[in-house]
Amino acid sequence: MIKSRIQSIGWPRIIIFGFLLTLSITAIGLGIPMDQLLSSTLVRVGMNGILVLAMVPAIVSGIGPNFGLPLGIICGLLGVLVTIDLDMSGYSALFTAMIISIPPAAIIGAGYGWLLNRIKGSEMMIATYIGFSSVALMNIGWILLPFSSPETTWPIGRGLRLTISLEGRIASLLNDFWKIPFGKNQYIPTGMLLFFLLACFLMWLFLRSKAGVNMYTAGVNPKFATSSGINVDRQRLIGTMMSTVLGAIGIVVYSQSYTFLQLYLAPMYMAFPSVAAILIGGASTRKASISHVIIGVFLFQALLVVALPVANEIMQEGNLAEITRIIVSNGIILYALTQARKGD
Amino acid sequence: MQKITKDYSGVVVLKDIDLEVGEGEIHALLGENGAGKSTLMNILFGMSVIHATGGFQGEIHFAGEKREISTPLDAMDLGIGMVHQEFMLIPGFTITENVKLNREITRPNVLSKVLGKQLDTLDYDQMNSDARNALDILNIGIDEYTKVAGLPVGYMQFVEIAREIDKENIKLLVFDEPTAVLTESEASSLLEAVKILADKGIAILFISHRLEEIMDIADRITILKDGRLVDTTNKEDTTLVEIAEKMVGRKIERMVREVRSSEDKPVILSMRNLKVDMPGEMVLGVDLNIHEGEIFGIGGLGGQGKIGIANGIMGLYPTRGEILVEGEPLQLNNSRASLERGFAFVSEDRRGIGLLLDTSIEMNIVTTAITAFDKFIKRFAFLTQVDQRGIRQHARQMIEELDIRCQGPTQHTRRLSGGNQQKVCIARALTLKPKIILVSEPTRGIDVGAKKIVLDTLIKLNKETGMTVVITSSELAELRSVCDRIAIINRGVVTGVVPPDASDAEFGLLMAGRKRRAKQND
Amino acid sequence: MSDKKMKLKNTFKFDKNEVKKFLVNNMVTILFIIICYLGFKFSGLSFHFYLRDITTRVGRNSFLILALIIPVLAGMGLNFAIVIGAMAGQIALLLVTLFAVDGILGFLLAIVIATPFAILFGYLLGALLNKTKGQEMITSLVLSLFANGVYQFIFLILVGGIIPWPDPSMLLNRGYGIRNTIGLGDGQGVGIKGVLDSIINWSVPDAMIIFTILAFVGVGVYYLIRKSRGITAVETDVIGKKNLILIGMLGFAAIVSAIYTKATGSPVNNVTIPVFTYGVVALLCLFTLFIVKTKLGQDFRAIGNDMHVAQVAGINVEKTRIKAIVLSIVFASWGQIIFLQNLGNLNTYGAHTQVGMFAIAAILIGGASVVKANVGHALLGAVLFHTLFIVSPLAGRNLFGDAQIGEYFRAFVAYGVIALALVMHALRKRLQSQDLIRMREEEELEEATD
Repeated sequence: MIKSRIQSIGWPRIIIFGFLLTLSITAIGLGIPMDQLLSSTLVRVGMNGILVLAMVPAIVSGIGPNFGLPLGIICGLLGVLVTIDLDMSGYSALFTAMIISIPPAAIIGAGYGWLLNRIKGSEMMIATYIGFSSVALMNIGWILLPFSSPETTWPIGRGLRLTISLEGRIASLLNDFWKIPFGKNQYIPTGMLLFFLLACFLMWLFLRSKAGVNMYTAGVNPKFATSSGINVDRQRLIGTMMSTVLGAIGIVVYSQSYTFLQLYLAPMYMAFPSVAAILIGGASTRKASISHVIIGVFLFQALLVVALPVANEIMQEGNLAEITRIIVSNGIILYALTQARKGD
Repeated sequence: MQKITKDYSGVVVLKDIDLEVGEGEIHALLGENGAGKSTLMNILFGMSVIHATGGFQGEIHFAGEKREISTPLDAMDLGIGMVHQEFMLIPGFTITENVKLNREITRPNVLSKVLGKQLDTLDYDQMNSDARNALDILNIGIDEYTKVAGLPVGYMQFVEIAREIDKENIKLLVFDEPTAVLTESEASSLLEAVKILADKGIAILFISHRLEEIMDIADRITILKDGRLVDTTNKEDTTLVEIAEKMVGRKIERMVREVRSSEDKPVILSMRNLKVDMPGEMVLGVDLNIHEGEIFGIGGLGGQGKIGIANGIMGLYPTRGEILVEGEPLQLNNSRASLERGFAFVSEDRRGIGLLLDTSIEMNIVTTAITAFDKFIKRFAFLTQVDQRGIRQHARQMIEELDIRCQGPTQHTRRLSGGNQQKVCIARALTLKPKIILVSEPTRGIDVGAKKIVLDTLIKLNKETGMTVVITSSELAELRSVCDRIAIINRGVVTGVVPPDASDAEFGLLMAGRKRRAKQND
Repeated sequence: MSDKKMKLKNTFKFDKNEVKKFLVNNMVTILFIIICYLGFKFSGLSFHFYLRDITTRVGRNSFLILALIIPVLAGMGLNFAIVIGAMAGQIALLLVTLFAVDGILGFLLAIVIATPFAILFGYLLGALLNKTKGQEMITSLVLSLFANGVYQFIFLILVGGIIPWPDPSMLLNRGYGIRNTIGLGDGQGVGIKGVLDSIINWSVPDAMIIFTILAFVGVGVYYLIRKSRGITAVETDVIGKKNLILIGMLGFAAIVSAIYTKATGSPVNNVTIPVFTYGVVALLCLFTLFIVKTKLGQDFRAIGNDMHVAQVAGINVEKTRIKAIVLSIVFASWGQIIFLQNLGNLNTYGAHTQVGMFAIAAILIGGASVVKANVGHALLGAVLFHTLFIVSPLAGRNLFGDAQIGEYFRAFVAYGVIALALVMHALRKRLQSQDLIRMREEEELEEATD
């Protein structure tokens, strides 16, 4: 009985949860302020949440974790850049950025989805390299595109800067909305969390609709779906488009919390932590749900947040968080790959 | 082989089988699917599946001595070889390389003396000439350095044989349905080659259901049925009809009391020159008329195409020809169209396409109704949401009606037994309220008790609602016990449509390919 | 006409269809040759500067690229994880620097230390890949990222503290963690910098003449030995009739251009080739060619073609796959050592990270695919890829006024060519299985109408 329970939760989740628990207890023991850790965790959950949510339509529709998330991210970045060029700020800038990034994200998602339909069985690898190539191509794009705002472009020479400050425009907009103070100078970023939860709720409604049933069935058993009158290729296409759009919206939320817009090589590996998070939350390469998103992003970010100060106390090392992130996220993805049952 | 007996977890699949083959003798092994032929061969070859499930009783004597064969390597060492039905060939390799696969001839060189035998260089000269010899024995003119990839199927079969006879100590060669995938001319070349090999003193065990071929080349014939030895005779002492009868005959207990005549009911489903491209079950031109309210059976040996018919009607595989439903043509290759015209399908591939294994029973039952017919949906303006309550209610009802043993409607179907999984599939089909239900292999992999329930359910439905039932099955006895009429499919076409009480001999002949000379199929 | 004469005649036939097929199959390579040529033109680089750069780069990178061939042969796709082989090599170099062993002895010691590490890493990688059959490439890609994390953890955090490191000059100022850059020598006797390269140095024209003569002699000797042993089978001919013509033509062109260059006294005469390094690369080429003709190579080809059939025939598929990976990783570790001895500097945390991607992009540009790779692809790809590397920034500056664009362009090319190869491979795989089904179906339909 206990064995099957453990199997259904899965060893990696147990290990990570145990790791988190140990670190938290150590943190309390070392006297690290818990309110600070909690606040950091909540901020990072809100920041990354929608990017992790973007994995759901991809996995559910059957194309697997969306390693090509950078495609959507680039669209979102473009959206924000346009609003800066139009000298917009505040909520109008925020929502305009999101809205104008949707059409390009949908179109690019459709093209990308069309490609994925032609190469069933090799989606993950190709998605990764399409993502890499598009980031590399956009490197040239960032230099050549005709943006003119002095805030975003180099004063001497051509092209956009590497990082662009969003101060005074959309920085911390959602974070500060209805923020709830607690502890010593800490805040709960209510607005951003509400936005994330709203997105989750809408996705949840979608999964329970007829369209959601169509997509779920197509992903979980394409032959069954075909025999039930579902057009499997169409469902995969819709899933890819939704994932790309969520990637675009997700990076806007991420950037406003981070208060900086990061161009050039930054989006290159951004898919990996999102994939890892949803896997940690209990998803597999073929099945995912909203609960996996929320649990996963929380566990993953909490782990990173708590690990840093604990490690600092023990070893005084600044890079440890980054290294931990690399090891944990890639480790969980490797585990998921060894568990994936052969489809097709 | 003497008194071979084998059971899989209590289910006896072979009982007291005796089989004797002499040097240079061609001995045919005949039987329907499930008669026990493959199990017997697995025992002969020491396949791990036999030993992992409790071994077997009885003895094997080879070349005069009692032997223990516990791995395929033991069988090979003794000189027993097998030509499989599925070619075990590497397409990108030449004929020589395939003949010598993992038995290559090598010469040591400087590096291999230091680093190990695996670095010995291949001696292609020697290998090519050995392969040439093998091919010459079989009278094949092809160059030994041709790549296997481009060869026609018939030649690939020969390469398989060449590989076996290249093994120096080959004494017994087993052919497993060798002509199943060959054209007529290729088949006769193969039979010639088999005779040549027998003349050289190699004992041949020839498994087939092609009665004509068996009567052509066999010296002696052994017939298996339901795991038991029916008879072993010399070819001269028997006839085609006789062996057909022995292969098929068994006592039939009718589950439906009367054999009803369907002539007075209208034709509800009609097929003309139906062709379905289903790998392994190709349909090559089927004509059938099925009447409303019939229980119609489609039978035949495995791989002959019977499974392809229902799959083609449901648009799951590329289909050509004409299908008329209630007189109107059905749009082909479109599952949705088939569903909308009133078909429901219970697939033979239960776990593959019949079920969503890691999903709840209730969703398995209602999904097709949701996706194809918008049932169990609540609408709010432009948004739809599934009717959770309605689904739960319906699922409970189905579970009760069909007696599905489970922990509840939310249990994942993966956990259910075969019989209960099948009931879920049937429940899904019934939820669609179909006019015609197509059931493929309804009782495959189900225990005896559940078998009866499944068939009972179908009979009850037919009686109470007048639903037309089309059952496709490899178990002829099953069809003969419930159907009003039975069509037999061989090589992708209908060889005959007969009532269930037709003679055993007649069924045997139809299954073996003899077409019914009589009137129009109706 | 006798059989043999017929065969010889056939190797010279070029019918129109074959030419067309050749062009289509090698589209990527041909496109690249054009891009490289244009890039060279726009870069304004003089030929001898280019020559000096390219001979160095090809010399130090080829070994790594060649290491990719065996896994492709064994059906395991492109080995994105040769990074861990590079790591093994780097670990060895750190140790050699620690032990302060100089010169060729230091180099050999590095090789000796790296090998057991590489074998261990390769074994682990192989075992992992056996658990993820069908998704080998994404697994090796993610593994390389994971391993990088572990490498950083060990060398940035543990070394100097939990793992004692006797030489504090190699550590960061804070007392633990290896420095970002470790000098590997001064090229004058300290350390191992340039050690392999400096053993023999010939000018380019001299090298071309000597190499060509050696090649002709070698080929001659090879065929004489075959004849004396009575080996006639075409399959064991490592060189192949078509390549003989190629060697002949190239050799002739090489000697003519070398003599011309010497005669005209162009600055090309001052460019030298690190002959020993090239010799080592040539040895790996020969070994790769040789292994295909051995039992082990045949096993690789068998599992690369059809794992299931190989298994049924008794080949231990899992073990053979591990052997293929181990070989690849060991060669990669040696390749990285060769690379770094030329560079003279170890970028501790960055030297290995792009190794996989660059090597794979190179071999793909050379005409390889996910299922087919040979020595020719590796060498041609090395030249083309590094040509692009050299000319891109300059061409970017001349065309767009921004060298940065050139650099971004070459990075995009590397990623793009890999994405393209992956897509083409996936498309071909699906088409093939559809074709096979259609072929059988057509045959069965034919027979039904008999």
